[in-house]
Amino acid sequence: MTEEKPKLQRQAMCDRLAMEFQDDWIVNLGVGMPTLCSNYVDPTKDLIFHSENGVIGYGPLAPAGEEDRHLVNAGGQNVVPIPGMAIVHHADSFALIRSGMVDVTVMGAYEVAENGDFANWRIPNRKGGGIGGAMDLAACAKQVFIAMEHTTRDGKPRMLKRCALPITAPGVVTLVATDLGLFKVTPQGFELREHAPGWTPEEIQEATEATLIIPPDLKEFRFRD
Amino acid sequence: MKNKIYQSFDEAVADVADGSAFMSPGFSGVGVPRNLLAALNRQGAKDLTGISNNCGTLDEKIDVGTLIAARQVKKMYAAFTSPTHPSQISPFVQMYNDGEIDAETVPQGTLAERIRAAASGIGAFFTPASVGTELAEGKEHREIDGRTYVLEYPLHADYALIRAFRADTFGNLQFRLSQRNFNPIMAMAARVTIVEVEDEIVPVGELDPDKIHVPGVYVNRLVKIPPDGIFD
Repeated sequence: MTEEKPKLQRQAMCDRLAMEFQDDWIVNLGVGMPTLCSNYVDPTKDLIFHSENGVIGYGPLAPAGEEDRHLVNAGGQNVVPIPGMAIVHHADSFALIRSGMVDVTVMGAYEVAENGDFANWRIPNRKGGGIGGAMDLAACAKQVFIAMEHTTRDGKPRMLKRCALPITAPGVVTLVATDLGLFKVTPQGFELREHAPGWTPEEIQEATEATLIIPPDLKEFRFRD
Repeated sequence: MKNKIYQSFDEAVADVADGSAFMSPGFSGVGVPRNLLAALNRQGAKDLTGISNNCGTLDEKIDVGTLIAARQVKKMYAAFTSPTHPSQISPFVQMYNDGEIDAETVPQGTLAERIRAAASGIGAFFTPASVGTELAEGKEHREIDGRTYVLEYPLHADYALIRAFRADTFGNLQFRLSQRNFNPIMAMAARVTIVEVEDEIVPVGELDPDKIHVPGVYVNRLVKIPPDGIFD
């Protein structure tokens, strides 16, 4: 029954995380779904988008025909330069990351645990992994936000008591947006802050392995105005 | 002044011996030394060790994956030793799973810093990246001012294959935008640095000394990419 109910769209999930970005933050968006966060524009906030390849302060995706082949974001998408943009080499780009200057990194994940661990680089029975810059960012950014589907394609929970997959970093996740709601990671576990329209806390709990904290001020999911 | 300009990519990589370690920069297809990689592929050196952000992509373009598919590489150091999507099976992934190539997965910032350490005469360094994960297992840990770090060692190479935007005849290099990525640190870390140049090689003295990204003292060989060369 619950499977047929509409869930949140990816853009809405990323909009919601982007609403939490604060003025003057340095923001790093992971490849894939997290790049949608840059589609949410709040004119009252100045954000600086940083990409692992040493681009500090890039603008939106380049319109067709206006791409500069030398300027891409972490996902390889052509972006446009904005005034104040600076370029550094890869070692200096990660110096910025490790020094803690990145205020938030938004990443996708296979699993998130109630203790703030998450896993997004390695799947079982496969050698190697696609770690990229995720471990450096996760260990050193001030906050880690996760955007992911609430369950796997075959309906298994991704919001767990403990990660089953090899983790990317321990105890770092602060906020998770899934297609069922918005979750804060607290010392006591996942707190359901906002639920997808039409979904009760009980239904969301059913799709979650970890035990959710349901606060008295639980709200419906906030969409962009 | 010693002449560093070579007339062909093949000539520039002719002496790469079997068993050499090479660095290949590039990120998301930008700043990849595709002409030099193609030449090294034609040259046929074997048992190479590769240091690169990834192990080749699935597109048809020449990259480090071209050498891997040709079985010229015995080991890779990379931040991506599996594709970002599990359904993508590159030649590297197939060979890695079949045990036909060795690899070490290195977090991207650690990879960059290991290259910079090699370029900087640093014997080892402590980084917080990977602490608490399986990539830190078996490595020396140390607590410094209340934070846990893991010890990482430099990555040296015999050759760096570099893609620059502009150079002068002494080998001073400039890059454009995100083409820079791993190029400067790799150019400074290898014993022999070979550069393919996109735009032009100007006479020495014409580049503003304040606008040089890699000093020419690190550069051994320069090849101008001809109009029919590979630019992207």
